[in-house]
Amino acid sequence: MLSVVDLRKQYGATVAVDGVSFEVNRNEIVGLLGPNGAGKTTTINMILGVLEPTSGTILVESIDIATKRSQVLQRTNFAAVYAPLPGNLTVIQNLRFFGLIYCVKDLSARIETLLDQYDLREFRDVKCGVLSSGEQTRVSLAKAMLNRPALLLLDEPTASLDPAIAREIRIKIREYAAAGEVGVLWTSHNMYEVEDVCDRVLFLSHGRILLQGDPRTLPATHGKESLEELFITLANQVANEPERA
Amino acid sequence: MFSFQRTSAIVLRQLYLMQGSPARVLPLFAWVAIDMVTWGFITKYLNAVSGSGFNFVPSLLGAVLLWDFFIRVMQGVTTTFFEDVWSRNFLNVFATPLSISEYVSGLVLSSIATSSVGLVVMLVLATAVFGLSFFVYGVLLVPYLLVLFFFGIALGVIGCGIVLRLGPAAEWFIWPIPALISPLAGVFYPLSTLPAWMRFLSRLLPPSYVFESMRSIVLKRPGSPAPLFWGAALDVVFLLLASWFFRAIFHHAVRTGLIARYSAESLN
Repeated sequence: MLSVVDLRKQYGATVAVDGVSFEVNRNEIVGLLGPNGAGKTTTINMILGVLEPTSGTILVESIDIATKRSQVLQRTNFAAVYAPLPGNLTVIQNLRFFGLIYCVKDLSARIETLLDQYDLREFRDVKCGVLSSGEQTRVSLAKAMLNRPALLLLDEPTASLDPAIAREIRIKIREYAAAGEVGVLWTSHNMYEVEDVCDRVLFLSHGRILLQGDPRTLPATHGKESLEELFITLANQVANEPERA
Repeated sequence: MFSFQRTSAIVLRQLYLMQGSPARVLPLFAWVAIDMVTWGFITKYLNAVSGSGFNFVPSLLGAVLLWDFFIRVMQGVTTTFFEDVWSRNFLNVFATPLSISEYVSGLVLSSIATSSVGLVVMLVLATAVFGLSFFVYGVLLVPYLLVLFFFGIALGVIGCGIVLRLGPAAEWFIWPIPALISPLAGVFYPLSTLPAWMRFLSRLLPPSYVFESMRSIVLKRPGSPAPLFWGAALDVVFLLLASWFFRAIFHHAVRTGLIARYSAESLN
């Protein structure tokens, strides 16, 4: 679904992403982990076409985003905690607006389905700005599902949800990934969630992939009790390394 | 491939925002109506005190109407763009299949819809209350409006590029642009009134050809249509410049990550 090859982003002397290569396969959920500033969001922004890589290639379903941006983004969607939908539009207005942009067929029916799936029916005509952060996240996720994306990018999608709703959302996304021809790239700081959801994880630090593997077996391979312990150990090691130019 | 559906989404979003929002609907016609009333009475007063028999209505009130139309067109483009600035929506909008040409076309279509409302209100007030007859201008009224329309679109797009490049606070550079170019455009007086260096700048602005031509007709000294062709040619130059400028700024924003940061700012 997604193939990232030798991706690099440099701002002046600062290297934000340094030669990252990875793949997300069909029906696979890949966790992109790392401490703050590791380059996760920069990587996601490059895959979304809103940030131009300094070098490297991004292919979605074997199509290069650098040359066929619209075609790639037609098959991609995202939800990010830092990109809420416009608060001055209602839930239905936001979904209709983005549904038109994604040229979703039978849009009204698709919106009705998503309102039910994400438990948003009672907020249908409520402006997104007055919803709680958890409700706003559910609207963002509904937006992310509008075009039935082949590649779904989720940047901390459950960060503002209570544990019960977060679990429900995880189940829905797992079902979506399992049922369709879809790959999911998921960032999260919640290691229990990552263990629960992801088929594979990539540990990113200082713009490089340090480790990758199955989140359920990776800790033991490195002599750690849990993914969280492994994450903290790696993050501390990296924090103690001298900063690269 | 260009999608009219994606472009129509931008227009539909503006309609949604205007529903039940007096702050967005009122400016479409209130300020131009106030301008018409104010200048309508000024021209009536001038007609009364000048005693020359010269009718100030077509030259002054007509000029205000055309100038306000240009301002509405420009602001139609910029305010549609500002909606994305104000709601920190760039990341959501530009991480979609929407192309720059589809987005800018959406801004232009929104502007046509909103500026048409202002134009109709001005025409009704100027003709019904102050007796402005557009037969005075004849068929030239259409090219006048078109030259001003395209110049408004071009300046609006350039304004959007400036705000995209410099950040949300730069919108305060955009609102006064019509006031800044108004003295050079010769809206109320012939260009011959201006000093030579200002006249040189005036010749670079399409509206100056419209207002010069309009005054010639009102004074019953119709000249050649050449000035209007110059206005139209300059419009083409400004439209090309605006298109290049916005694309260049957008690509800069994608290269530097400005698009993503516009959204990230909302976390601060």
